[in-house]
Amino acid sequence: MADKYGRKRENLLHILQGIVEQERYLSDVALTEVARELDLSAAQVYGTATFYTFLDTEPRGKYVIRVCRTISCDMKGKNRIIQAIEDALKVRLGETTQNNKFTLLETNCMGWCHEGPAMLINDQAYTNLTEEKVIEIINDYAKNK
Amino acid sequence: MTYKKLKRIDLIFHEDCDCSQVLEKTFRKSNDEIINDILESGLKGRGGAGFPTGLKWKFTAEQPSGDRFVICNADEGEPGTFKDREILFKVPSKVFSGMAVCAKVIGAKKGYIYLRGEYRFLLPQLTKALDVFHKEIKDLLDFEIIIQMGSGAYICGEESALFESMEGKRGEPRNKPPYPTVAGFMNKPTVINNVETLVYAFMICKHGPTRFKELGTSDSRGSKVFSVSGDTPIAGIYELELGMSLDHFVEEFGDGDTKAVQVGGAAGFCVPRKKFKDTIIGFEGVPTGGSMKVFNSSRSMYNVLHNYLEFFEEESCGQCTPCRVGCQQLIKGIEAVKKGEQKAAYLDQLMKLSETMKLASKCGLGQSVANSFSSIVDNFREEMIY
Ligand SMILES: Cc1cc2nc3c(=O)[nH]c(=O)nc-3n(C[C@H](O)[C@H](O)[C@H](O)COP(=O)(O)O)c2cc1C
Ligand code: SF4
Ligand code: FES
Repeated sequence: MADKYGRKRENLLHILQGIVEQERYLSDVALTEVARELDLSAAQVYGTATFYTFLDTEPRGKYVIRVCRTISCDMKGKNRIIQAIEDALKVRLGETTQNNKFTLLETNCMGWCHEGPAMLINDQAYTNLTEEKVIEIINDYAKNK
Repeated sequence: MTYKKLKRIDLIFHEDCDCSQVLEKTFRKSNDEIINDILESGLKGRGGAGFPTGLKWKFTAEQPSGDRFVICNADEGEPGTFKDREILFKVPSKVFSGMAVCAKVIGAKKGYIYLRGEYRFLLPQLTKALDVFHKEIKDLLDFEIIIQMGSGAYICGEESALFESMEGKRGEPRNKPPYPTVAGFMNKPTVINNVETLVYAFMICKHGPTRFKELGTSDSRGSKVFSVSGDTPIAGIYELELGMSLDHFVEEFGDGDTKAVQVGGAAGFCVPRKKFKDTIIGFEGVPTGGSMKVFNSSRSMYNVLHNYLEFFEEESCGQCTPCRVGCQQLIKGIEAVKKGEQKAAYLDQLMKLSETMKLASKCGLGQSVANSFSSIVDNFREEMIY
């Protein structure tokens, strides 16, 4: 990663983003390695990583589901969507399925308020969700991806 | 006061123009002439603060020689705002062209688009459009645009936090001054503009300042892209002339039962029905970065406020105490009043706390919590208690 993005401080975020894209999270080993490569302290690297919601430092599933919890999506029933996902995947908010395929999280407004409730699965946005629709989407991921 | 009637405008999304041709024509003018056109148009920043765009460019251009940068702020994190996504999706080359004009005027060779992580799905398409654009302007200008991704932090939309983030650090706002025009990204003179601002700047180059200036009011020239959501049958993105009253807005977008509109997102102001008539949408009245959330009478304004406060508490960078602790106290405070653990008069103490946050916080996040807090508590006091 450091070879790809360069070893300057301003490359740190690119490197961390690159690792998360591949591994879905930043392990302690990865963080220490990055610190060594960029000649920064581990605390600096860790401090930077933990600042950003999308730079997870805990293990995550292959697919990270982030349901918007902000007001427009809340008004359109995001709680029902979360409930439906929890039931379908047998996890609670914040948890990862046993097969490490899905992690269910909440996130703040993601710019789809006119089509709420909305969620992201990794980079992909899904909008105008209903309970049926979200189950269909999850099933599709479970079977085909 | 007289208000403008609600009027739909079609400047930004309309007409697929030949951007390089417009750039070529624009570049025949001197830098001073271009800056004067932007100044003359009255364009103010569309990212929230409303600073005159021409002045920002002028101040940066006047800095002693050396590296300088133009940055497009595409962090769009304000709850209820989604117009920059649509602009980047539909007319990316106009955004690039606006950056190119700015680059020419201030003498920047590099520009960056700081794109929020939630919009990563736009990246392949933007990269492609950017390749085409770079080829088109090759003979016109020595200028390159790089896209930098954010990673999920509202505060990184604040300009100095955005620079920190671009430098690979925690997105913690800096002290001001120095302002970005003097010391921005990498401590070099930097113009940072919202996506929409850059497109309007380009449209002003294309049509001349008059067409823009004719729209809006003396304080709020031109049109603006609004993101409308909540209890409205026609949620979506609309370009409207500035200076309309909220009354006219609600007539068009409400569901017939509108009790309040939150103008400007969580950092903005809540306007109750009885004030719709006297509220003008623009810099002279209630300003907005574009977010318009409509609430009907079925909604609990307590829930709305609680949701906003949770948002702020989570997104506060935690760097300064008034903001970090204040957000927590406000949430706990309204919860306690709601549960009856505190008397209603406690709300006044909380309002004072939010005013203190306005004065003592380091950046716009902590400073603006009081906007929604006071306007909701003031106007919907009973809903906070019962
Ligand atoms: C907490 C906070 C978040 C902000 N988020 C954004 C944002 O997402 N997009 C934006 O353009 N400006 C945002 N701003 C405003 C920027 O700091 C800056 O004023 C703006 O990018 C300047 O561009 P303009 O002059 O074109 O409006 C934010 C400000 C604060 C205090
Ligand atoms: S006001 Fe809040 S967000 Fe801004 S610097 Fe202080 S703690 Fe950070
Ligand atoms: S409130 Fe959910 S996307 Fe904006």
